[in-house]
Amino acid sequence: MTTLTPILTSRWDTDRSWTLASYQAHGGYSALRKGLAQQPADVLEAVKTSGLRGRGGAGFPTGMKWSFLPAPDGGPRYLVVNADESEPGTCKDIPLMMADPHVLIEGVILTSWAIGCHHAFIYLRGEVVHVYRRLLAAVEEARAAGYLGENILGSGFDLEITVHAGAGAYICGEETALLDSLEGKRGQPRLKPPFPAVAGLYSRPTVVNNVESIASVPSIVEHGADWFSSMGTEKSTGFGIFSLSGHVTRPGQYEAPLGITLRELIDMAGGIREGHELKFWTPGGSSTPIFTAEHLDVPLDFESVAANGSMLGTRALQIFDETTSVVRAVSRWTDFYAHESCGKCTPCREGTYWLRAVMHRLEAGQGDPGDIDLLVDLCDNILGRAFCALGDGATSPVTSAIQYFREEFEAGMHTPASVLFPPERSAVFDYVPTGDATTVAGVH
Amino acid sequence: MAYTAETIETLAADAAQIVSRYPDPNSALLPMLHLVQSHDGFVSPDGIEFCAKTLGLATSEVSAVATFYTQYKRRPNGEYTVGVCTNTLCAIMGGDEIFRSLSERLGVGHDETTEDGKITLERVECNAACDYAPVMMINWEFFDNQTPESAAATVEKLRRGEPVAPTRGPASVGTFKETSRVLAGFYDGRAGEGVSAGPASLRGLELAREKGWTADGGGTQPAASGGESAPQPGGEHSSVDRPAEDPKTDGKGEAK
Repeated sequence: MTTLTPILTSRWDTDRSWTLASYQAHGGYSALRKGLAQQPADVLEAVKTSGLRGRGGAGFPTGMKWSFLPAPDGGPRYLVVNADESEPGTCKDIPLMMADPHVLIEGVILTSWAIGCHHAFIYLRGEVVHVYRRLLAAVEEARAAGYLGENILGSGFDLEITVHAGAGAYICGEETALLDSLEGKRGQPRLKPPFPAVAGLYSRPTVVNNVESIASVPSIVEHGADWFSSMGTEKSTGFGIFSLSGHVTRPGQYEAPLGITLRELIDMAGGIREGHELKFWTPGGSSTPIFTAEHLDVPLDFESVAANGSMLGTRALQIFDETTSVVRAVSRWTDFYAHESCGKCTPCREGTYWLRAVMHRLEAGQGDPGDIDLLVDLCDNILGRAFCALGDGATSPVTSAIQYFREEFEAGMHTPASVLFPPERSAVFDYVPTGDATTVAGVH
Repeated sequence: MAYTAETIETLAADAAQIVSRYPDPNSALLPMLHLVQSHDGFVSPDGIEFCAKTLGLATSEVSAVATFYTQYKRRPNGEYTVGVCTNTLCAIMGGDEIFRSLSERLGVGHDETTEDGKITLERVECNAACDYAPVMMINWEFFDNQTPESAAATVEKLRRGEPVAPTRGPASVGTFKETSRVLAGFYDGRAGEGVSAGPASLRGLELAREKGWTADGGGTQPAASGGESAPQPGGEHSSVDRPAEDPKTDGKGEAK
């Protein structure tokens, strides 16, 4: 049996956990003193050796990403923290920053020290204003305590942090779109190469890392790479926050070694809601192909989830029981991708538009013969042909849902989803449905 | 129509402070658009001109940015934006019914404002609080675990001009203009209000405490305790490891 390993979540229940005083009372900023006493290369090496892989979805080795920066040329190099958490189902970075902003700041300072950055940015999505307050306050507290600014703790190292609020655009979670947005532009992805490591923010060498990745750095510096890699699996080392939402008894954040299974997590969360059973779930957000009950024992690590046809993504486990229409679920995710497509490339812009149209008529029970083939064909023309992963992500729920629940798509040619699966049965509160049950809810 | 000299002076002082946070002044544009909203209640033509002049951009360039992001409003916004999450998870847990009932109660649809100018109703996308579904956001503060009744009660308070308190956030929700000013980076001193974390955020931690599970030796590891890689049912360390080896896939996954 796998057990939970609270590390990043361990201080969330302490009194006024977001304050410097609370963070320091629980060991905060001791890793910083340790790291600043080492050479930057040693900090980088520790992160590399730990095997930490990006916690924002891709799973790229963090230390390797840092080492891709070209040799110093005397000009600036930047660290940009991706705090644009918006992948449907993903809800780990926001509570982390709300409860414990200083662990992120300590991670930013250590990372900046390791890569030679003197001005770091935290790009926070704009729709979480209280998290922004907590980050702004934490940066001020850290500065007043001498952890930021000039000659940090007498090390000679200087660092400023700017916390930047976005303005509502899922695409800005894509790292190059994020950089364009941070430069004051429309958030649209850039062609790669060059990668941000070579030409990132202001065309300077830049590291872009997810919040949870950076927040994991202090514990690695504090306890060592071996401690970190003793958890998890051989290639997916360490711990991560698993976010359970939907039809489970106790939804919430469960921090565990990578490789834990959904069966174990659901057990910890008190099971599927009473009287119901698991139907389908996402392992890592809506952009990762759905799984079913047959995948309950797949170890939730990068390799095992991929070997089973999906992606670990952000460990955003959205759980749906047998009352849920998969067609309705996929139709709504498709609305999301069509709404959030930035419009820069044709396959994604036009493809998501047509996916939405077809999904809407299937949800309304007005699908045409051949619509399933049409969906598959559309997905085939988006996947791998778009500028960035948004287009790929849009196809994941569609193709995987057809794979596992084809009969529900076929039913969409004659029966509305709301008749097959009355929505009031899926809701967590009781209500008496009103109005025309066959109406497809409007979209943006 | 145009800003008064006094307004321009005030905005210019704030803009200068925003610009000073960045190595490149153009990075100030997003916060400056929030600043304009804090003054005008939306991104006004005057505000666009002000941003353009301040940063040496064409007004068309500023408009191109302002129209890209959903938090920037092209029409005067209500005092409170009431956003109901209707992305899949929240929608299915009841968000659709909450939106429907609020829409009926207020007599407005998505992105429309009540006649008294109090409330702009919106469907919002996933706001990273799925463990609290269904979720409602008011001026981007969290109202967790909503029902049609709780949402209606909160909205009625807003209509009566009474303060409302989010589940996780400050003691009361600020107005659209006040919130926009915070988003422009002008801290309002309210970080100390509210909880550290809601109950769902603490579920795993509480269970671990109850069971005595810790990260230091106590935790039994799956698959590969101590670094060995034992085979797992369901397919394990297979050849599929592209992210670890191919930098080209890197940004793709970061796109989430």
